[in-house]
Amino acid sequence: MVQLSSNFLLVSFFMFLAATIFFTVSITGKKFENRQGQLKNKAGLLGYISSVVAVVAAITYFILRWIAAGHAPVSNMFEYTTFLGIAMALAFVIIYPIYKNNYIGLITMPIVMLIIVYASMFPTEVQPLIPALQSIWLEIHVITVALGQGILAIGFVGGLLYLLRVIDFKKVTKKVIGVEFILFTIFCVVGYILFSISFGAMNYEATFDYINERGNEANMVYNKPPLVGPNEGVLTSDTGFNPLVSTPAIIVSNDLNTVIWSILGGLLLYGLLLLLFRKPIGGAIQPLLKNVNPRSVDELSYRAIAIGFPVFTLGGLIFAMIWAQIAWTRFWGWDPKEVWALITFLFYAAYLHLRLSKGWHGERSAWLCVIGFALIMFNLIFVNLVIAGLHSYAL
Amino acid sequence: MEKVKCECGHVNPYGTYLCESCGKPLIEEDDSLVNMRYEGVARRSQTYKKTIVDKIWNFFSSVKVGIWIIVILLLASALGTIFPQEMYIPPGENPTIFYEQEYGTLGKLYYQLGFHNLYSSWWYMLLIAALGVSLVICSLDRVVPLHRALKTQRVTRHTKFLEKQRFFATSEEAIENAEEVMQKAEKALREKKYKIYNENGNLLAEKGRFSRWGPYVNHIGIIIFLIGAMLRFFPEMYIDEYIWVRDGQETVIKGTDGEYFLRNDQFIIELYDEEDERFREALERTGSPVVQTYQTSATLLRRVDNGAVGLGTELEEVKQHDIRVNDPLTFDGFSLYQVDYKLNELSEFTFTLEAVQDEVEEDLSEIEFTVNLYEPEMVYEFDNGFRIEIMQYFPNYRMNDGVPETINRIPDNPRIIFEVFTPEMDPETDTGEISLIGVQVNEPLNEQINGENQYRIRMIGVDMNNVTALTVRRDRTLPILAVGGAIFMIGLIQGSYWYHRRLWIQNRNGVLWVAGHANKNWHGLEKDFDYVASKSQIPVPVDQLDKDMSDETESRND
Ligand code: HEM
Repeated sequence: MVQLSSNFLLVSFFMFLAATIFFTVSITGKKFENRQGQLKNKAGLLGYISSVVAVVAAITYFILRWIAAGHAPVSNMFEYTTFLGIAMALAFVIIYPIYKNNYIGLITMPIVMLIIVYASMFPTEVQPLIPALQSIWLEIHVITVALGQGILAIGFVGGLLYLLRVIDFKKVTKKVIGVEFILFTIFCVVGYILFSISFGAMNYEATFDYINERGNEANMVYNKPPLVGPNEGVLTSDTGFNPLVSTPAIIVSNDLNTVIWSILGGLLLYGLLLLLFRKPIGGAIQPLLKNVNPRSVDELSYRAIAIGFPVFTLGGLIFAMIWAQIAWTRFWGWDPKEVWALITFLFYAAYLHLRLSKGWHGERSAWLCVIGFALIMFNLIFVNLVIAGLHSYAL
Repeated sequence: MEKVKCECGHVNPYGTYLCESCGKPLIEEDDSLVNMRYEGVARRSQTYKKTIVDKIWNFFSSVKVGIWIIVILLLASALGTIFPQEMYIPPGENPTIFYEQEYGTLGKLYYQLGFHNLYSSWWYMLLIAALGVSLVICSLDRVVPLHRALKTQRVTRHTKFLEKQRFFATSEEAIENAEEVMQKAEKALREKKYKIYNENGNLLAEKGRFSRWGPYVNHIGIIIFLIGAMLRFFPEMYIDEYIWVRDGQETVIKGTDGEYFLRNDQFIIELYDEEDERFREALERTGSPVVQTYQTSATLLRRVDNGAVGLGTELEEVKQHDIRVNDPLTFDGFSLYQVDYKLNELSEFTFTLEAVQDEVEEDLSEIEFTVNLYEPEMVYEFDNGFRIEIMQYFPNYRMNDGVPETINRIPDNPRIIFEVFTPEMDPETDTGEISLIGVQVNEPLNEQINGENQYRIRMIGVDMNNVTALTVRRDRTLPILAVGGAIFMIGLIQGSYWYHRRLWIQNRNGVLWVAGHANKNWHGLEKDFDYVASKSQIPVPVDQLDKDMSDETESRND
């Protein structure tokens, strides 16, 4: 059953790929103008259909795995991150018919794929639930949060599209650097995935004895060649080499090493593309987007956030508080994860007020959408893996 | 403060920007679009600027200030997650040294600045209070005039009002069948569930006005929530206690004034079965067992009040419940949560008495006794005339400056001082053999007096018990918080999933004037216009913002 569900996830992945291709064709391929003056061709429709099929397959994965495990597959990093990707695709599938914007599909689909592949870098086996997680509120809370974040992520896509469309890439300005940085971050994720898969396929492992932050001897396994080593590390495996620098004990050096590899990967990809296009990557993408109506994507991104904010608030704060009251005896405990959910909430509240009352439309609003998404990702990755509190998925 | 009379005859409060009735801009502006925020009504904060009260009012009613409060709160909250808060550092650590030792100089600074208790610091509280005040004032400042303006709005609007709307068009010249077009448009709008108002052949179609109250409803929700959270500081509202209950024992539930008792029928821990197909891989990878359940099978008891004082307590069973994580026992506003446990706490020792040398003639074989370590009996008498007394009992023994003492009543390290009387001795006057006994400890204490001890108390059995720890919680603020949260959600949905749209269609001597306004979702308004135009040949309004493609649209700051 678990195997079957994984197959559905794989199918869904390829359908997302198909959707990406169709949306690309819908933009670069031949088109005609219909009566309302919207640019159209069949590829857009095919892209949408592919994304719907992909979402259906992904939901099938979700249900099958739920049945197999006996609890909703949202209880560890792999499962939650995958579901976030699915939720984002679902939000796209819901919003697309309103605006019929193929460009949104063009950006959303690859990001969804990236999120799902990123998720599968974590251990994927079905894990038992510890008592604190055994509650129907796990399902209610986490599913609602992911849906809310998925919808908010469409706001980010709208914002990114807006920036790529309107920013002047001819001169290197702060804005250009900003957009390039967003793209670079995405490349780093790609780099991380590529290196993880390649070294994973080689079963690469280097082990070290080292002195940990409590002053005790311990050992550490690297899954990528050690560019930085642990505190007073001594290589104990045949593979690997002695790294150039070693980190202070307080830093988890194999994680840092992975981060460095990711950045290197990102730099490599970015550099290659830069060589290829001989201009900022955003500037290379921009000509594709000349038919985008900035006002329309601006409104779309605001709309996504106006729709996503209540869902996120319901799941991330209200349901979270109800569950915390039941499981941890208090509805609020200033645990880092809770605080970051609050921060995300406050951030989007500030966004809405800036937009509504201070007239922050267009570019400024788009930057805020990007920051909002960065917060969501920070919450997912950094808070979960680094500032782990009660909510840590690490078993 | 003079009132302003518009040419349409309506008298507006001082500070009005668009006539409440006909919408004519009263304060001439440049050519840009009219600012439709709050319908251009006069607000107190825009009008009165003299006294201290005005100044405070104006400060807190400013959205700019509100946003700053939100942003500062956001940054402060983030600051509190850099290092763990004091309540999350490992138990037993001393924060004065912990932060520095663990995080170096930054950690020390963090501690010295009080960030280890950031969320209960006075300035964080102050920020939250400022948020509350700001919410109250800014809402009051806007909701009343907005309500009045929407109620008194007239159907026929001033041409200036119309042409300065974002969506606007005219038919340029008079058309013959203007009235017919108007009727068709009205029909189309009714199909779209618009509310139609007619006046002198002019038309106002409106939909979703109630969504305009959404923000105010949600702000009220937040205020109620904050009030609820504040009430927690009154002890009456909030009880947070902790009880340990041993298997098979009863204890009074703290916080209930001795009314309720809990019996722990059994505490168990279940681990996941390592053979379970579903989880085998994961369990193998982690390599350590994973707990499936912590459970206390508990019986809730209540003191029967039979009116007579001092007749001892009689308890009746109220209910039984298996308390687990995520499944508390609730009664009478209280909840008991499974939070901790202790396995294998010592509960009983069983002893025999034996002779040190084999010479004693008494038969000691029947001497066997059990000491309950929670409430030990002090005297044990046997048929053959022996008598053993407990002189002193230390449930959790330690030596403090050469003096033995007990740390608490929990038998973590029990020591007992026994005195053994043979049948010949008189317990009143004689001194028996005294020894100190514990786990792996057996020391004669008075051998100097008696020469060598003849008898030795030997431990032959140990019984252990499981103990469960439960949190007792009563939170009377919860209903208030629930109400606040619900109102907040309702307001949020009301303001986010519905939109306020208005279409004005006016027939000015055969010339059709069309304008529209939406508080958000202009896309939806545009579609409605397209629909009406497809049914009735009204001029299709253009988005006047699209004419100047400057993407940054700054509306006026308030
Ligand atoms: C965390 C606290 C707050 C939350 C969650 C919140 C939430 C909201 C939401 C969701 C909206 C509707 C926005 C939209 O529809 O796009 C709104 C509108 C508004 N909020 Fe807040 N708000 C908060 C604090 C404040 C504060 C402190 C102020 C005061 C300065 C304020 C003033 C306003 C105003 C003036 C509006 C616009 C109302 C209208 O145009 O009818 N809010 N708020």
